[in-house]
Amino acid sequence: MAEPHDSFWELERKNRRETALLVLVFIMLFTALGCGLDFIFGNLRIIDGQITGAPLLTVIALVIGSIQSLLSYFGGAALVLASVHARPLLPDSPKEQTVLDVVGEMALAARMPAPRAYIIDDAAPNAFATGRDPQHSVICVTRGLVDEMDREELQGVIGHEMAHVRDYDIRTMMMIAVLVGGIAMLADFVYRWSWFGGFGARGGDRGGRDSSDGGSGNAGALIAIAVFVLAALAPIFSQLLAMAVSRQREYLADAASVEFTRNPRALLRALERLAQTESPLKNASRGIAHLFIVNPLEGAGDDDEGFFANLLSTHPPLGKRIARLRALAGEGGPDAAAAAGATPA
Amino acid sequence: MMVVLIVLIVIAVYLVSVYNSLVRVRNEVDNSWRQIDVQLKRRHDLIPNLVEAVKGYMQFERDTLTQVVEARGRAISAPDQASRVAAENQLTAGLGRLLAVMENYPQLKSDQNVMQLQEQLTTTENQIAFSRQAYNDAVLSLNNRIQTFPSNLIANNFGFKPAEYFKATPEDQALPKVDLSLGAPRA
Repeated sequence: MAEPHDSFWELERKNRRETALLVLVFIMLFTALGCGLDFIFGNLRIIDGQITGAPLLTVIALVIGSIQSLLSYFGGAALVLASVHARPLLPDSPKEQTVLDVVGEMALAARMPAPRAYIIDDAAPNAFATGRDPQHSVICVTRGLVDEMDREELQGVIGHEMAHVRDYDIRTMMMIAVLVGGIAMLADFVYRWSWFGGFGARGGDRGGRDSSDGGSGNAGALIAIAVFVLAALAPIFSQLLAMAVSRQREYLADAASVEFTRNPRALLRALERLAQTESPLKNASRGIAHLFIVNPLEGAGDDDEGFFANLLSTHPPLGKRIARLRALAGEGGPDAAAAAGATPA
Repeated sequence: MMVVLIVLIVIAVYLVSVYNSLVRVRNEVDNSWRQIDVQLKRRHDLIPNLVEAVKGYMQFERDTLTQVVEARGRAISAPDQASRVAAENQLTAGLGRLLAVMENYPQLKSDQNVMQLQEQLTTTENQIAFSRQAYNDAVLSLNNRIQTFPSNLIANNFGFKPAEYFKATPEDQALPKVDLSLGAPRA
C-alpha cells in the first residue's frame, strides 16, 4: 500500500518488486504442477535421493504456450488494432493533431521514441497501448477521449500508456499469458486422463514398477494426490494471479505517468472524468482488456463491486487509483519539483 | 581452477556491463541536451509565422509582439551561451504572455491558420520543458551511477564526470499560468 509520503520514484520501485514477486509465485505454481505430473508419468524419478530424467510434460506445455503467445507477440499490434477497428490519427484534424503533439511531448518526457498513434471511433473515453517493445509501440485513443479531455488530461492518459510501453508491460502480460495457458493445458490434461480412469490404473501400474525402489509407491501416490489437487486449483489461482499482476501494472503506469508529467493533477483529473463517464467499448474483448487505461468491458469499474469482483478485475477500482494519485499530488510535489528543473504546463 | 576461471569471467562481464551502462547514460545526457536545442530551434522558426498571422488581429498588443520578435533576434545572434540562455528565457516569458493575451481575442479562434500555429507553439513550449526535464533525469541517473558504489570505481577510473543540472531561472518560474485547453467542456 502506498504511504502518503511516497514519491512516484518510490512507488515505482515498490511496484516493480511486487510484480517480480507475483511472477515468481507464478513460475513456482507452473513448475510444481508440471514437474508433479512428470513424476506421476515417470519422466522424473527419485532414485537414491537423486532426481533423474527430464520434465517432458512441463517443457511441452511451455513450448505450446510460447508458440501461441509468440504469434500474438509478433503479429500483436496489428491484430489488436484490427480487432478494435482503429485507424491512424490524422494531422489535418486539429484535435487529432493535439493528441499527436501530446504523444510527442510524453515521448520526450519518457526519453523514448514516439509511438505511432491510432484512434478508435467510439464515444466511450478510453485508451490503450500495445506493441512488443518501445520501437514497435502503438498508442490508441478513442474518439470519446479526444472529444472530452483537455490537454492536461490527455497528457496524464497518454503518459499512463507510455509507461505501459516503457516498462514492457505488453511483454510481461504476454509472459503471464504463456504461464496461464500452460497451466490450463496441464490441468486439462490431468482431467482428461483421470476421466479415462488414469489415476487408478496408472497408480497401480507405477506401484508395480517401482516396488524395487522400496516405498516410493507411497510417495508416488502422495504426489499423485497433490498433483490432482493442484490441477483442480491451479487454473483459478493462475487467473487470480494474472489479474493481480495486471492491477499492479496499472498502479505502476499511474505512478510513471506522474513521473513523466510531474503533475499528478493531470492523470487525477483524467481519471475523475473517466469515473463519471465510464461506458463499455464496442469492440473490446477480454483478451485485450488489460491494455486499456480503464476497464473497457461491460459492467466494469464500479467501486463497490466487492472483494471477489475486484479479485477478478484487470484494473484496480478507479477510486483507489484516484486516492493514490491524491497522495502523490499532496506530498509528491516537492520531490517532483526537486527532480525536475522545469515544470511543464 | 575451473571455479577461479568462472569467477573471473563473471567479474569481467559485470565490469563491461557497468562500463557500457555508464556510456549509455552519458550519451543519453548528451542527446537530451541536443533535444533542448532542437526544440528551441523549432520555436525560433515558428515565431515569424505566428507574429505574421496574429498581428492583424492584435493591433493593441504591439509591445508583446515586438518583445517576442526582439528576444528571438537576440537568442539567434547571441555571442555566448550565457546571453543566449538569458534571451531564450525572455522569449519563453514573452511567448507565455502572448499565448495568454491571445485568449482575449475570440476572433483568433475562427482562424484555422492561427489555431494551428498556436497548437504548434503550445506543444513546442511543452517539449522544451519536457526535454529539460528529460535532460535533468538523465543527469540524475548518470550522477547516481558515478557516485554510488560499486559503479563509482569504474566511473572514476575511466574519467566519467558528473553532469550539471539545467536550472530554471526565477523568470521561468514566475511565468503566468496559462490555460491552453482547446475549449474542451469542463465538468
